[in-house]
Amino acid sequence: MTPRIQRLRQRSLDAKPKISVERALLLTDFYQGTAARNASVPVQRALAFKHILENKAIWIGEDELIVGERGPAPKETPTYPEICLHSLQDLEILDSRPKIPYAVDDETRRIYAEKIIPFWQGRTIRERIFAHMTDEWIAAYEAGIFTEFQEQRSPGHTAGGDKIFRLGFADLRLQIAEEIHELDFFNDPDALGRLEQLRAMDIAAEALINWAARHAERLEAMAAGETDARRREELERMAGICRRVPARAPETFHEALQAYWFVHVGVITELNPWDAFNPGRLDQHLFPFYRREIEAGTLTEERAKELLSAFWIKFNNHPAPPKTGVTGQESNTYTDFALINLGGVDRNGGDAVNDLTYLILDVIEEMRLLQPSSMVQVSKKNPDRFIHRALRIVRTGFGQPSVFNTDAIVQELVGQGKDIGDAREGGASGCVEAGAFGREAYILTGYFNLAKLVELALNDGRDPRTGRQLGPATGPAEDFTDFDLFFDAWRRQLAHFIDIKIRGNNVIEQINARHMPVPFLSLLIDDCIAKGRDYNAGGARYNTSYIQGVGLGSTTDALVAVKHHVFDRGTVTMAELKRALEADFAGFEDLRRRLLDDTPKYGNDDEAADAVLREVFEAYHAAVNGRPNARGGVHRVNLLPTTCHVYFGSVIGALPDGRKAGQPLSEGISPVQGADRNGPTAVVRSAAKIDHLRTGGTLLNQKFLPQVLADETGIRKLGQLVRGYFRMDGHHIQFNVVDADTLREAQRHPENYRDLIVRVAGYSDYFVDLTPELQHEIIRRTAHGEF
Amino acid sequence: MTVEGMVFKIKKYALHDGPGIRTTVFFKGCPLRCWWCHNPEGQRFEPEPMALTIGGNDDAPAPEMVGRRWTVPVLAAEIEKDRLFYDESGGGVTFSGGEPLAQPEFLDALLEECRRREIHTAVDTSGYAPPEIVRSVLGKADLMLYDLKLMDDARHRQYTGVGNRQILENLEMLDGLGTKIVIRLPLVPGINDDQSQIRRMAEFVGGLENVQRIDLLPFHPVADGKYRRLKMANRMAGVKSPTRGDIEKLGASFAAAGLAVRYGG
Repeated sequence: MTPRIQRLRQRSLDAKPKISVERALLLTDFYQGTAARNASVPVQRALAFKHILENKAIWIGEDELIVGERGPAPKETPTYPEICLHSLQDLEILDSRPKIPYAVDDETRRIYAEKIIPFWQGRTIRERIFAHMTDEWIAAYEAGIFTEFQEQRSPGHTAGGDKIFRLGFADLRLQIAEEIHELDFFNDPDALGRLEQLRAMDIAAEALINWAARHAERLEAMAAGETDARRREELERMAGICRRVPARAPETFHEALQAYWFVHVGVITELNPWDAFNPGRLDQHLFPFYRREIEAGTLTEERAKELLSAFWIKFNNHPAPPKTGVTGQESNTYTDFALINLGGVDRNGGDAVNDLTYLILDVIEEMRLLQPSSMVQVSKKNPDRFIHRALRIVRTGFGQPSVFNTDAIVQELVGQGKDIGDAREGGASGCVEAGAFGREAYILTGYFNLAKLVELALNDGRDPRTGRQLGPATGPAEDFTDFDLFFDAWRRQLAHFIDIKIRGNNVIEQINARHMPVPFLSLLIDDCIAKGRDYNAGGARYNTSYIQGVGLGSTTDALVAVKHHVFDRGTVTMAELKRALEADFAGFEDLRRRLLDDTPKYGNDDEAADAVLREVFEAYHAAVNGRPNARGGVHRVNLLPTTCHVYFGSVIGALPDGRKAGQPLSEGISPVQGADRNGPTAVVRSAAKIDHLRTGGTLLNQKFLPQVLADETGIRKLGQLVRGYFRMDGHHIQFNVVDADTLREAQRHPENYRDLIVRVAGYSDYFVDLTPELQHEIIRRTAHGEF
Repeated sequence: MTVEGMVFKIKKYALHDGPGIRTTVFFKGCPLRCWWCHNPEGQRFEPEPMALTIGGNDDAPAPEMVGRRWTVPVLAAEIEKDRLFYDESGGGVTFSGGEPLAQPEFLDALLEECRRREIHTAVDTSGYAPPEIVRSVLGKADLMLYDLKLMDDARHRQYTGVGNRQILENLEMLDGLGTKIVIRLPLVPGINDDQSQIRRMAEFVGGLENVQRIDLLPFHPVADGKYRRLKMANRMAGVKSPTRGDIEKLGASFAAAGLAVRYGG
């Protein structure tokens, strides 16, 4: 790390997230003014975007090489009152909550009270959404059956393709002019609508070019006053870059990074899409620039690394827009899910790993920043060296990069009807979501609580927390004579609430299409320009809507426990089991012990449990997959939780798998915490029993201690474990290398950590099996970062 | 009649019991009583209770029973589950214990079954068994992990309960048969880590033809918890691990005898 990068990195780490009122104020000024009063909605949105970029403060930090900030300074985070208006109480919570706080100063509160709240109250997308939702939607939402992403964030969930690196915004404006020229007012009843969309896109393109020019002016002024000759020359060069990009296509490595960064900030300034935005296949996009310049001698590896590091730090300067309430609980993090993809295959299916891939991995290891997230796409065509390099970074224990199966992603996308070239140029964004980068709007609509439905099926559709009849009356559980009848009750609850969710989704998509177009984002995703249609209205080539299932492991284990104990073995009656659940197992400790220890559990390569897993998955898939959305595409499933398994667990009482009331659910497709006792091969074998290729992504988390990966043999064998999982079409796996705090927690609550393997001395063992003395020793070793 | 055997544990993703990713099957029952035994639950031939926790207070859960009878087809199906990982890594199954040679028919049937299924096999043994059993069974394994503990017969008897003559003869016989062998030597402070033992062992092993490597396994007090959960006396209580420096010094003697040495399994 160069001294300059050390300083930049430290400043980014030191900066504290803070709410900036700048954007809200500029937006309000704009809408209160007369400039846009008679313009169409998309043109209004584009002019608002332009107004913000023309007037927001320009920040260029000391030492910076890549410029452009969303707020007036690093980590100063704007709000988006047109989507979700924060109340003064929300601001107070953001300022004072212990986890993931955002500082709010008095001036911001004052401006909110005097100007922002009075103007936006009653005009937000959030209010529009809730006004259009049915009573049963509201009831299900409040009961924690599902969440709704679009109530505080705009739709996003996409990643850039190579267009940003091939074309300048002046080129895009020419394309727009051509499309306008070809509009067919004789035959196309929506020609005027297209004209307005295209004009809006043109305004947005111009706005970004002008914003870059503002940076160039500032850089020129800074250069004129700079006494250090080297920095002066550097500032002049940066000014030149900001004059050229993003107006024209980038020609150098530095220009490519700067061009992308302006685009990135453009997307997250226009609105607060969930997830932020993401350059997608970064090593692929940048490699032509890198190779050309390395060969010409105008770029060294060291300089490329310094520029990449500066680029990384810019991501870290941009925390996710603040979330509150349920949305804060389902995804409580500063991460804004910009997920850099490395490796994989190229458009023709060839091995895409290149020299720059490895250089970027070096940068990831050195930067060790929360943002951006990073992942490696591993295809059967990629060399082992690639996966080994990635796993050596995993070993250092900061949760990156995660590991994805390119061959599965390609098949998932092709299975959805996409062109194979588009699929190969795709990847995973956000957490694990598969998408055709640069060409698809794949909107995540909310998490869905699969395990809560077990509780409803046990209670004839009534929510025991509130006593309220929430779902259909599927019959008293005591009356079910076999497991199939019970499972069918669960399935009917599922069908009922999926219908409610999908109806809501389709209304919300229409609201966003009509009232909240995104002309800037539409510039970036094919074929919005060619169709003259907004990203939020089906302008993308592919339009998918996802519902993310949560608690697959908990749901499976709960159903299996009922099957095993009530129906197969008859060791407990349904009535007694229900009494135990109502009592949260108080007075039923022995029954709970049997449910925990004497029951087949998902994650152990045990067909007795995994057969039910498949049924749960198939039922969920059948309920969702292929149902039309409002953008000309369909709904599909994926299985990921972010932090929602904690929230969803908090609204469920005790479950038949022995889980106590309020405890978190299993996360992603990982087994219930502590339920997997046969090691990682058994976990991935179980996890591969669902058909990943019919999802849009699954998330599997494995805990490891750094000691297990101490030597190269450990790395190699972990690579083989991953390859094995991927041969079975597993979508994704990530390794949580456990820290000392987690181990202390495992000492206190061994029942939740029975799966935790530690390397002791020349061999590995389960942590909970060790003596307290040895546990202490391992905690000490881990705390000191020894392997 | 179906052949059955007693097994106390099946460990998947075993990384230190031979090449690649392996499944290690621990046979229950052993004729030896090594003081430093890491798997005391593998000593007796019958199922036995093992407490789940060390504390042992009144509200502690009921102990689990360790040890279960398996038939060859059922165990083979369990081994088969991780075949993909064996294929991916050049791994396979390792029969360990306890002492796998103490259940020769079961071991023999399993080795046959794995050969038929094209699964690589390793046997981790003390070598303490009648020579005809060793000859018939171990000729079928792809790899031998052969434990050596002490060269001095009397001390071997003192610390393991049996003499070592049979063990050394069996090793020589196997070597003559051309079986691939890895020697595993637990380094136990104060018992077998003196230079004279090590020198004699290096000399003996150095004279063999088919030894591929010697693994030095430093004693570690990891099993203390299991002794307590089994309510068994741990004769190594309080003994610490040898240092890396100690181990490397001993390893040098083997390297000098022309042997490949690995630290840890």
